[in-house]
Amino acid sequence: MQTESLSLSFNPSPTAKLLQPILQIQGVSKRYEAHQALDKVSFEVPTGSIFGLLGPNGAGKTSLIRIITQITAPDEGQVLFEGQPLRPHHVQQIGYLPEERGLYKKMKVGEQLLYLARLRGLEKADATQRIKVWADRLDLKTWLNKNVEDLSKGMQQKVQFIATVLHEPKLLILDEPFSGFDPVNANLIRDEIMKLRDQGCTVIFSTHRMESVEQMCDDIAMIHNSQKVLEGSLKEVKSRYRTQTFHVEGTGKLLVMSPDFKVLTQTQHGDRFEAEVQLEPEVGPSQLLRYLTERVEVHGFLEKLPSIHDIFIQTVNQK
Amino acid sequence: MEKIWLVFQREYLVRVRKKSFIIMTILGPLLMALVMIVPIWLATMSDDTKVVQVLDESGYLKGKLTSTEELKFVNVPGPVERAKQEYLTTEDAALLYIPKIDLEKPQGIQLFSQKSTSLAMKSSLEKQVRQELEEVKFVNSGIDQQVLDKIKTPVSIRTVNLSEEGEKSSDVGVTTGVGFAGAFLVYLFIFIYGAQIMRGVIEEKTSRILEVMVSSVKPFQLMAGKILGIAAVGLTQFLLWIILTSAISTGVSSQFDLKRFSDAQIGQTVQGMETEREVQQAQEINELFSATQNLNVPLLIGTFLFYFLGGYLLYGALFGAVGAAVDSETDSQQFMLPITVPLILSFIVAQTIIIKNPNGPVAFWMSMIPFTSPVVMMLRMPFGVPTWELLLSMFLLMLGFIGTIWVGARIYRVGILMYGKKVNYRELSKWLFYKG
Repeated sequence: MQTESLSLSFNPSPTAKLLQPILQIQGVSKRYEAHQALDKVSFEVPTGSIFGLLGPNGAGKTSLIRIITQITAPDEGQVLFEGQPLRPHHVQQIGYLPEERGLYKKMKVGEQLLYLARLRGLEKADATQRIKVWADRLDLKTWLNKNVEDLSKGMQQKVQFIATVLHEPKLLILDEPFSGFDPVNANLIRDEIMKLRDQGCTVIFSTHRMESVEQMCDDIAMIHNSQKVLEGSLKEVKSRYRTQTFHVEGTGKLLVMSPDFKVLTQTQHGDRFEAEVQLEPEVGPSQLLRYLTERVEVHGFLEKLPSIHDIFIQTVNQK
Repeated sequence: MEKIWLVFQREYLVRVRKKSFIIMTILGPLLMALVMIVPIWLATMSDDTKVVQVLDESGYLKGKLTSTEELKFVNVPGPVERAKQEYLTTEDAALLYIPKIDLEKPQGIQLFSQKSTSLAMKSSLEKQVRQELEEVKFVNSGIDQQVLDKIKTPVSIRTVNLSEEGEKSSDVGVTTGVGFAGAFLVYLFIFIYGAQIMRGVIEEKTSRILEVMVSSVKPFQLMAGKILGIAAVGLTQFLLWIILTSAISTGVSSQFDLKRFSDAQIGQTVQGMETEREVQQAQEINELFSATQNLNVPLLIGTFLFYFLGGYLLYGALFGAVGAAVDSETDSQQFMLPITVPLILSFIVAQTIIIKNPNGPVAFWMSMIPFTSPVVMMLRMPFGVPTWELLLSMFLLMLGFIGTIWVGARIYRVGILMYGKKVNYRELSKWLFYKG
C-alpha cells in the first residue's frame, strides 16, 4: 500500500480534483450527553490538497478529527477513506498531530521516535533509517540521544512533527502545527508541509492563524456551532464573499459623483490619490474603469477580495 | 498483540533502567540482611552481665540462685534499709529482697532497682525463686532430689495432619509463617506496583502523550501493555531480591557461623544424645525441617504465582482506571479509598480471625471474594484447602479480574482524553456505557 502511494505522483490541487477524494465525511453527528458536538456534518477532502479545517473554539473540530482518527466513533453518519468506510487498519495511513501534544519526558528522543513509529507499524530497521533522515532534515541529529526534557519547546515540537510524518501517511492531520515555533522554524515546518503535499500527501490543517490558511490552503471547510457553514476551494469561497469593491490609485484629482459607485475611503496626497470604491449590484468593473479613465490617470486597479480572516469573522457573527 | 508487546517493552525497559529501580533492587536485600543481622549481632554483643544483689532473710535461697550469663547474683548483708542505702551507691542492676516468708504463701518479695527493670529480668527472677522454693517444699515433703529429677518430664506435642494421603508432620509456626509471608508479598506487590500503574497513567495524561498515542494504539492495548509491563518489572525485582538475598544470607551465615552452630548441634545429638535437653532441641529442629518439607511446595508456589498475578491484574486495572479518571495524583484520593479498603481489610482480618481459624466461615468467604481472596487464600494455603474451594476461588478471581479489566478499560478509554474535568462516581458510571 505504502509504496504504491509513493509511486503515484500527484499534481497540486487543480488536477487532483479529478481523483477520488481521500476523505468523504457524510452526515456525521456526535453527541456528548447534553452537548451536541457535531450535527450532520458533510464535506469532502480532495486528494493531494492542503485542506483548512476552520472554526472558532469549541465548534467541534477536535471532535471531528477524533472521529477521522478513529479515537471515537460517530453516533450517526460515516467517514469514507479513499471510498471505503474507515477501518482500524487505515490508521497506519493517517498521521495525526494533536493540538494538545506531548512526549515522554524521561525518554531519549531517538527511542521515543522509534517507539511511536513502531506503534504505527514500521519495522525497526526501516524506522531507524527514516528517523536519521528526518533528524538531518530538521537539524535534530545531535539531540537524538538526549532526554526529551532537555529539549526546548520548539525542539520538542519538531520531534512531534517527525513522529507524525515518519510512517509516510497519505493523510496528515495537523492541529495548530505552528504553535510554539519561532518564525524561522515555522517557515521550516511550512516548507516541509508543502513538500509533503507535493509528494502526494493530503494535509488537513486546523488552525486559528488565518494568514497561514491564506498562504497554504487549497480548500477549506468551516465548522461553527457543530455544523458545517462553509466549504470549497479558497478562491471559490473568496469570490463568493466578494463585495464588488475595487482598489484604485493614480494621479489627478478624483471626484466620484455617480449613483453607480460608492466611495468607501479616499486619500489624496497632492496629485496622487488612492481610493476604495464599491459598485452597485448591476454595475460591472469595466464601467468603473471607463468612468475613471475619462477623469484621472489610473495607475492601479484591483478587485479587493475579502481576506479569510474577514470571512471567518463575518460567518461567525452571522450565525 | 504486537502493539501490546511494544507497549509492554517500553514500560518494562523504562522502569528497569531507572536509577530508583536499581537502587531499590540493591537496597532491598541489604535491608533484609540487616533485619537478619541486627538481632544476631545484638545477641552476640549481648548486654553485659547484670549484677543482682540478693538479701535473703528467709534462708531458703542461700547459695541456690545460680548466676547465668545475663544475671550474676551477689549476696549482701541486711537489714533492708542498709542494703537499700548501699545499693544506691553501687551501679548494680537490682536488689532482690526476700523477707522471712511463709513457704505456703510467699509474700513480700521485692525487687528494688534504680532504673525500671525489664520484664524479662523480672520473669527470670520469678522463675528461679519459684523453682527454688518448690524444691525446698518437695524436700520438706520427703521427696528427694533424684526422684524429683525423674518426675520432670519434657513434653512437646508433635502436630500431624491426617488425610487420606497419609500423615504429615505439620508445624503451626511454620505453616502460619509461610502463609503470612505469601499473603504479605501479594499485598505488598499489589500496593507498590498498582500505584505505579496509576502514576504511569497520570504521567501520560499530564504530559499529553496519550493524545498522540491513541490514534495509533487502542486504549485497551495501552492499558494492557502497561499493566503487564509493570508486572514484569515487579517479578524481575522479586527475582533479583531472592537471588541477592540468598547470596547475602549465605555470606552472612558463614560469617556468623550460624550454620556450623546448628549443624554441629544436630551432629552432636546424633552422636551422643547426651542430655534430655539436647535431644529435645534436636527433635524440635527436626520437626521444623520435616514440617517445611511436608508443605506441598510446588502447589504453594503455583498458587502463590496465580494469586500474585490474579490479584495484581484485578487491582491493577482499577488503579489504571483511577489514573485515567483524574488529572493529578492529589485528586486520586477519593477513588483510591474504595480500592485500598478491601485490601487492607483482608490483611487486618487475616492477622486476627483467619490465623485463629483458617478454615472458618470468615476465612472461607474472604477467600472466595475476588477482592480479598489473593491475600486470604495465600494465608490459608499452607493449612490445607479443599481442592474444590481452591478451584472455585481461582475461578472467581479470574471472573473478577476480567470484570475489573472490562470496567477499567472503559473508564480508561474515556478518561485519558478528558482534561480539566473533576469527575465523580456518577460521571464514572456513565463512562462505562459510552459508545465507541
